[in-house]
Amino acid sequence: MLLLLALFAVPLLRLLALSVESGSLIAYERALTNELYLRVIFETFKIAAIVTLLTLALGYPVAYVMATSGRGWQLVGIAFVLLPFWTSILVRTYAWMVMLGRNGVVNRTLIGWGVIDSPLPLLNNLAGVLIGMVHVLLPYMILPVFNAVKNVDPNLVLAAEGLGAPRWRAFLRVTLPLTMNGVAAGVTLVFTLSLGFFITPALLGGGRVVMVANLIEEQVRELLNWAFAGALSAILLVLTLAAFWGISRIARTRPV
Amino acid sequence: MAAQEVKDADLRVDGVAKRYGAVVALGGVSLSVAAGEFLTILGPSGSGKTTLLKVVAGFEFPDAGRVTVGGADITDVSPAKRNIGMVFQNYALFPHMSVARNIAFPLQMRSVPKSEIERRVIQAMALVELQGYGERLPSQLSGGQQQRVALARAVVFDPTLLLLDEPFGALDRKLRESMQLEVRRLQRRLGLTTVFITHDQEEALVLSDRIAVMDGGAIRQIGAPDDIYDRPADDFVAQFIGESNLLVGEIAAPDRVVLDGGTSVTVRGLGGGHGRVRLLVRPEKMAIDSATNRFTGTVVEAVYLGEAHKLRVKVAEGVELLVRGHRAVPAGASVTVGFAPEDAHVIRGAA
Repeated sequence: MLLLLALFAVPLLRLLALSVESGSLIAYERALTNELYLRVIFETFKIAAIVTLLTLALGYPVAYVMATSGRGWQLVGIAFVLLPFWTSILVRTYAWMVMLGRNGVVNRTLIGWGVIDSPLPLLNNLAGVLIGMVHVLLPYMILPVFNAVKNVDPNLVLAAEGLGAPRWRAFLRVTLPLTMNGVAAGVTLVFTLSLGFFITPALLGGGRVVMVANLIEEQVRELLNWAFAGALSAILLVLTLAAFWGISRIARTRPV
Repeated sequence: MAAQEVKDADLRVDGVAKRYGAVVALGGVSLSVAAGEFLTILGPSGSGKTTLLKVVAGFEFPDAGRVTVGGADITDVSPAKRNIGMVFQNYALFPHMSVARNIAFPLQMRSVPKSEIERRVIQAMALVELQGYGERLPSQLSGGQQQRVALARAVVFDPTLLLLDEPFGALDRKLRESMQLEVRRLQRRLGLTTVFITHDQEEALVLSDRIAVMDGGAIRQIGAPDDIYDRPADDFVAQFIGESNLLVGEIAAPDRVVLDGGTSVTVRGLGGGHGRVRLLVRPEKMAIDSATNRFTGTVVEAVYLGEAHKLRVKVAEGVELLVRGHRAVPAGASVTVGFAPEDAHVIRGAA
């Protein structure tokens, strides 16, 4: 706890202090009135929302199949989901650069198969950032959903089928509502983590995709504007907490 | 409604076999349940009774054999289209739905009009005496109430068949007995063909029109409760249902058996022939100071059961007899016990 305080809270407070060092809120005013910065904040939320939806769409089926298969396959599944965790995010992002480039594995394969004629623009744009972020964040969606699906009593699904529900209706009426807590946990994790992403948009966005974290880095590293960087950080922190609070509120009041 | 036509249908199970890897769960089971009949499948865990129930419900597909309800072969029909009501061991109530919505679920799946759903849910709740509980969640109900909801949900759509999978296991004794009577009353009133699974022999004797005793993936005996209790087909049935004294011996004369200990006893119903037999004498048929077939021994254990006394009497090295009666005899006392010739049930064949 003390360690956390020393290594996390203190630097955070110092950064926040920097943002008001000059004794005014001018940095905040600049961040919240300049259209450019507002657009970056909006873009950040938009990217976080898209990434969240994509991880949910990809992660839920994976988690569901994992949780409902035998013990052996479950372990294999968990191993594959966790495997990327053992690799540095930097390495994974560079790997995507190799994969997604004009002459990368993906484009060459697709051209080789005759699916496309010319390379798809997958790098240095939004698509690349989304692919990279979804890949990094997928486990944060899969694991809570997996856990939720596993906690659903299989007899409930059998009961629903026995009472006349075809499989898909049993899923929609029983499994899905009973796993919403896992979905809410996954959405919260992925969305809030997405808001602070830095490396992936920096490397795969090619400077064309700027998120708040990239803006902060630029302010510090290139412009040495610590006050403004501090203000942006504070705004990002507040917005992230607000998103966290908002999602968990929606999750709690979901109709039964 | 189509469901109405085939109501009170009979169930036939023909040569159903199921194996999991090397384990034979069901070894070709055949069984028929008459329309409106209450049949209990009784067996220890691992006897295959649950697998049989799952095959009937459609949750497991048999490797061989057919399942027929009301003359229609449903072996390949999906569970959703079988129109079978089932009460699960842990009730399997949907925890996120209110009592009323749980009971309405099977009706919604059948696209019953909303107003009729409302009427039938109210009717079903009245049937199980849960009026006014419609808005509660299952977690806000007691075990007995949850079971009533499960029951209401299983019968609200006029199923052709009702399956009960050890539904009383989680209830305390008093509640269990009242729920048993309630289920029986409900089943009679609705005239529902019912298959009930249990490992509790007492429950089976109380509730059933007929009992099928299962072990090792096969039915050992099927018959009325008194058939099963008084005339068990083999050792397993004799020992699984009630307490029993099994005496092993050789037929010596048309009415005499020489037991392995050397004692000779008189028995009715041997039906001639030779060979080894086992004699089943229920503890309550054993009498102290009996006039016939007497054994003398020492009481090693005396238990007061309230309505009777149970004695364990050692009559020879390694041979103990159970006696149930109204006389209290202290442990350590010497007694003579025995049975009348007509009170022994003869089981033929090798043990």
